[in-house]
Amino acid sequence: MSAAGVTEHGGSPPPGGEPPRSTLTPPPRVWWKRLGPDERRWLIVAFVWCLVLFSGMYVWLGIGEQQTPIESYRITTSDFAAEADTYIADRQVGEQDGVPVVEPIPGEDVYLVASQFQFRPILRLQRDETYRLLVSSTDVQHGLSLQPTNLNFQVLPGYLYVIRVTPDETGEFPLVCNEFCGLGHHVMTGKIIVED
Amino acid sequence: MAATANAPELRTCATTGFRVDESGRRLALAYAVAAVLMLAAGGVMAIFIALQRQGLPISDDWWYRLVASHGATMLLFWLLLFEVAALYWGSTMLLNARMRAPRVAWGVFGAMLLGIALAQWAMFSGNATVMFTAYPPLTAHPLYYLGILLFAGGVLVAICLFFANVVMARRERTYEGSLPLVVYGFAAAAIIGVYSLLTGAAAYLLLFLQSVGVLTEVDPALYRILFWGIGHGAQQVNLAAMVAVWYALIGLTLGGRPVNEGLSRFAFVLLIAFIHLGAVHHLMVDPGLGTSHRIMNTSYLLYLAVLASLIHAFSVPAGIEAAQRERGIGKGLFGWLVRAPWREPGFSSLVLSVVYFGFVAGVSGVLMGTMQLNMLIHNTLFVVGHFHATVVSGTTLAFMGISYYLLPLLARRELVGTRIARWQPYVFAGGVALLTLAMLAAGQMGVPRRVADLGYADAPVGVTQFGEGAVPLMMTLVSVGAILAVVGGVMYVWVMVRTLLVGERTDAPLANLALRFGPTAAPPPAPASELPHNGLKGRWARFEAPGTYAMVLFFLAWFVVLYVVAHFNLAQSWPVG
Ligand SMILES: [Cu+2]
Repeated sequence: MSAAGVTEHGGSPPPGGEPPRSTLTPPPRVWWKRLGPDERRWLIVAFVWCLVLFSGMYVWLGIGEQQTPIESYRITTSDFAAEADTYIADRQVGEQDGVPVVEPIPGEDVYLVASQFQFRPILRLQRDETYRLLVSSTDVQHGLSLQPTNLNFQVLPGYLYVIRVTPDETGEFPLVCNEFCGLGHHVMTGKIIVED
Repeated sequence: MAATANAPELRTCATTGFRVDESGRRLALAYAVAAVLMLAAGGVMAIFIALQRQGLPISDDWWYRLVASHGATMLLFWLLLFEVAALYWGSTMLLNARMRAPRVAWGVFGAMLLGIALAQWAMFSGNATVMFTAYPPLTAHPLYYLGILLFAGGVLVAICLFFANVVMARRERTYEGSLPLVVYGFAAAAIIGVYSLLTGAAAYLLLFLQSVGVLTEVDPALYRILFWGIGHGAQQVNLAAMVAVWYALIGLTLGGRPVNEGLSRFAFVLLIAFIHLGAVHHLMVDPGLGTSHRIMNTSYLLYLAVLASLIHAFSVPAGIEAAQRERGIGKGLFGWLVRAPWREPGFSSLVLSVVYFGFVAGVSGVLMGTMQLNMLIHNTLFVVGHFHATVVSGTTLAFMGISYYLLPLLARRELVGTRIARWQPYVFAGGVALLTLAMLAAGQMGVPRRVADLGYADAPVGVTQFGEGAVPLMMTLVSVGAILAVVGGVMYVWVMVRTLLVGERTDAPLANLALRFGPTAAPPPAPASELPHNGLKGRWARFEAPGTYAMVLFFLAWFVVLYVVAHFNLAQSWPVG
């Protein structure tokens, strides 16, 4: 190659010596050399940090109260819709904004249906009790976003996701859909009410 | 390819000394021009998307159409078209080699443009409001899937031509020894591109078959894992291409090279080997996956791909530092950085891109990919903030920076608008910084992504949370940042278009770059005996890049602090499991 040194900006390479080398030209024939002292240190520190990040997830499994739900099942959308309707009919205590309000018994399976474009039913829970929310969709994919505590889960049709929650504060907590699910995505909401 | 024997001689570029094949040059130029036009189109959409938040009357339907097209236009069309331009440039000009099968390459270019047209038609006519992700069972018009498939298939063929160029260049000995580092990086991007595009094509093929009635159903979970093969993989192509462009900019602006060639190449290999596992980042709160599966994949197996990025985080600034010190510029820890060519757009883009990518994009990405932390982040605006930090302030800014060299060289015209070019990276980076930081903050407050009305005015069960507190301020900052970023984008497109249309024709574009962009024509290298001394004492005096070493340690401290804060936030949430 005649020249290269793009750095020379049109100038000629230095007389006699090697043509200038940069990232744009082939490296010297032997390009592996020992790491410098600072590179070696950084490489070690960086790798240790990678191991910390990795083991951090296992550590949190041991010490954290907030864990990614794992329990899930296959279910047809029609089966899920039917089971949820039965459950809502059994436990319904009222209605708000046209949506049934349900008062579950702590520990039991609580159905929460995501569909275009609402979460159903509105749940009235008790503080510091643990509930098994059985979440699925009867149509397209949705995103279950519990606010303002800001817990977010993917909801897939055909898959039942079991999310165990223990509300530790009282009040009204909105659910919003945060997976685009159609032109009514921005009206898809729901609610969890937590009482003492 | 048969024509090689009696093909015309290659021309020698008067600026760089590289030998240039005309068909390779024209192809790379065509792709670069198409890419810039796509960026311009995507920027126009960004304005409307941002201003709708401030009350510009756009129907919800149209807002979603704009969001869908903005995503495809930027993430797929702008970036991949530019990357193909870079691949063709790297595999011909940088290797003094010929473009293989140029007719096939032109045919592919036409097919890709057709694909873009089909997809854009489908999105703007309201036949494909399914967003970039296109999750089933949402369905779009078959021509939408076909358009995307055509485009992705075109990129795949272009990658094959890139490899053909490289292999034939090696066989014909058009370059000596190993590939230049930049081409090596492009090759890494190309390899990642192959498996990303193959999984993406599989995902879209399923949807296409469903849309024409051949399949009755596509399993949503299966689709998600296939889709994120490209949805995530394409971002890793962007990452590898961006790092290669960073190295290219070190060469173009400073004549530098990595302090340890072997280490930089090793990092690219790590990237190729492990980065695709990150596809599962998007499935962290999906039903159907076990804990170990999630952790092993989300961590790229012990975070080995993050290690690759951490290596580049050292090697890239160290390359700048070494190049500066070699010239005797800057004593002490940071003198080399202070006295850097800040007025040169290639250099400012490089540094802004590296710094922002590391401190914001990279760190937010690792936090999101941490299994339990993802519950606080999934599908919130934090995700949008993260990927605007990566592909906009990282990749797009780097691509803009190299354009100031690449387009004049490819078009054989002088750069027009150097004063605008000088300011452009700062304006653009400032806008994107505001945009992304505000998005990250809003996401932390729970703001969901892709929602046309955060006031939930038409929702039966009302939600007032996003009209209160700091959220409206954050959303205003998002809009202001977006407008500023678009101003920076307009400056860039303006310089590019003017260069292409009215730039003076020349055989030696950029010949007096130093005069144009300030004091880049640095003093000649200092005598060898003075080289190693960096004016520091003790162990720092032995370091190859002491300033860089200090900076990466600061970066790590920032990383650790954010990691701890994120877990503190997680602990405030409701117990869940
Ligand atoms: Cu929804």
